[in-house]
Amino acid sequence: MGQTIVEKILNQAGGTKDLSAGDIVNARVSCLMTNDAVGELLIQALDELGAKPWDKDRIAVILDHYIPATTENAARTHKLLRDFSKKYGLHMFDQQGVCHQLMLENSVLPGDVVIGTDSHTCTYGGIGAFATGVGSTDGAAAMATGELWLKIPETIKIELKGRLPDHVHPKDIILKVVGDLGADGATYKALQFSGEGAASISTEGRFTICNMAIEAGGKTGVFEPDAVTEDYLKDRKEKGTFFKSDPDAVYCEQITVHLDQLGPHIACPWSVDNVVAVEKIAGTHIDQAFLGSCTNGRIEDLRIAAGVLKGKKIHPEVRFLVTPASRHIYQQAMAEGLLETFLSAGAIICNPGCSACFGGQGMLWEGEVCIGSHNRNFRARMGHRDSKVYLASPETVAVSALAGNIEDPRKGA
Amino acid sequence: MSVIKGKVWKFGDGVDTDIIIPARYLILPLEEMKHKAMEPVKPEFAEKVNEGDIIVAGQNFGCGSSREQAPAALKALGIRAIVAASFARIFYRNAINLGLPVIECRDLYEQVDEGDVIEITPLTGKIRMPENGMEFSGSTLPDFLLEIINNGGLIPYLSAKFKTS
Repeated sequence: MGQTIVEKILNQAGGTKDLSAGDIVNARVSCLMTNDAVGELLIQALDELGAKPWDKDRIAVILDHYIPATTENAARTHKLLRDFSKKYGLHMFDQQGVCHQLMLENSVLPGDVVIGTDSHTCTYGGIGAFATGVGSTDGAAAMATGELWLKIPETIKIELKGRLPDHVHPKDIILKVVGDLGADGATYKALQFSGEGAASISTEGRFTICNMAIEAGGKTGVFEPDAVTEDYLKDRKEKGTFFKSDPDAVYCEQITVHLDQLGPHIACPWSVDNVVAVEKIAGTHIDQAFLGSCTNGRIEDLRIAAGVLKGKKIHPEVRFLVTPASRHIYQQAMAEGLLETFLSAGAIICNPGCSACFGGQGMLWEGEVCIGSHNRNFRARMGHRDSKVYLASPETVAVSALAGNIEDPRKGA
Repeated sequence: MSVIKGKVWKFGDGVDTDIIIPARYLILPLEEMKHKAMEPVKPEFAEKVNEGDIIVAGQNFGCGSSREQAPAALKALGIRAIVAASFARIFYRNAINLGLPVIECRDLYEQVDEGDVIEITPLTGKIRMPENGMEFSGSTLPDFLLEIINNGGLIPYLSAKFKTS
C-alpha cells in the first residue's frame, strides 16, 4: 500500500517505516517556533518541568504580534522572551516580520517536521514540510525533548485542474475549498494539493493556500515539492528532502477544483467558511482595507496590489493599511518602488508583523467594515463585537480600497 | 476520576478562540485576562461563572488560533469540564494538556438549558441530568490521556513521571 507525503515525512521523523494514518508517531522535531502571543506560557511550562531547550540551533523565538511593544504587558513579554533567548542562545527574531514568513525565509526545508505555537504554522506545507500548530504546553514538551507525539492524519486530496484565469488568485482557491469543506470539514486531517494545476502555482501562492488549511480545521496543508520548489530554494545551501505521495497512496476523500472555472471569492463575517462569489456582495460599503499577514503579505501580493493602485488614489473615506510580512519583503518592495505607489495612493505602511490581522493595530469600531487579505474574520478579532471583516485576495482588496466598497476585480478589466 | 457535577453555561456552534479570549488580551496576566473570556458573545459570563460550572456547546468548539490561553482562562474561571458536539483539534489537545476534561456528545446540546445541572463521569463518558434522569453517552479518553487529566495536566504528569523514573 502506498503512502502519502505526510505519512512519509512522519515515518521518517519517527524512525518508523510502515505507520499510516491513524497511527501515533513520536516525531523528532526539525525546528520549533514560538512567538510573543504565547511564548510566556511556554516558558512557564518549561520552568515547571525544570527543563531546558533541547537544541538551541533548532528553536526560533519571534516577536511579531504586539510590536513595537503596544502596551506595558507587551514590553514585559518581549523582555522575558529576549532574556530567555539570550540565556540559551536561541534564534531570536526581534520585530522583523510575521513568524511564519521568517521561518520560511530562514529555517524550514522540504521534508522537515516543524512545530509552532501558532495555528498558521501549517503554511510551511507549501514547500513540502509537515508543519502544524500546537499550544504552549505541547510547545514546552517539544522544546524540552525535541519530540512530540502526533497522530498521523488522514489526507484529503485536492486535485487542481487547469489554470487560474486573470484576476483570480491562490487565495480564491483556498477560500473556495474552505467554503466547501466547512470550518470543521478537515478536522484532524491533512489537505494535499496536487494535479497539473498545482504545478502552475507559485511557492508564494502555495503558502497562501496551506496557510488556511487550519480554517477548515486541518492539521496541515501540503504541496508535493517539485521544480517550482527547487527554484524557490535556489539560493539556499540545503534543499531538504523532496517527498512525494505514492500513486497508490490512500486518501479519505478526493476533491477536484477546476481552476479555469474559478472566480474571485470572499469570506463574509463572522466565519471563514462563509464564502460567496465576490459579485454577490459587490457594493458593500467598507471603512478599512488591509493588505498583509502570513496569508497574503508577500512580495507577489504587494506587486499585485501596487499594480492596481499605480497612479490612482484610494477612496477618501477608506483607511488602507499595508503591512509587508517581513523586513526582507519590505526592503524588496521599497527597491521595486511599490511602497512609493502605496504611499502616493494614500495608504498607511505599517511595520512588518501580524498587524491588523488579529487586531494588533487598525482596529474597528462598532458597525465598521474591513476587507482584508488575511485569514480570519472572527467576531471581535479586529475590534468591536459589531464590526465586520471580509477576507479576499490582494487584488480584490486593492480594487475595493479604490472603490470604497467591495468590488469585483474583473470589473472594468 | 470522580464524577463532575455542575451548572451549565450554554454556547452555540463555532465558538472560536477569538470569542473565548480575544487576541488583544493574550498578554495580560491570566488573573486579569480571564475576566475577558467570552466577552464578544456573553460579556456577563466571566463575572457570573462559578467554580465548578460546566460549558455545553455546539460544533467545532475552540476553532481558530492555537492559543492555550483559551482553555487556561476558562479553567482559571472555575470551569471544570466542557461538553461539545465537537471540538477543534488544537483546543482539544490544549484542554487535555491543562487537565481540563473535554467530552464530545452530540445529543446533550438540544436537551440542556443554561443553568441546568449535569453530572459527567469522564471514565465512561456518561452524562446525566439529575433533575429528569435523562442520560447521554459522550466520548471517552484513552487511559494515557485520562492519566494526564488526573494529574492536572501534561506538565504535572511529566514532572511526576520524571520524579518516579
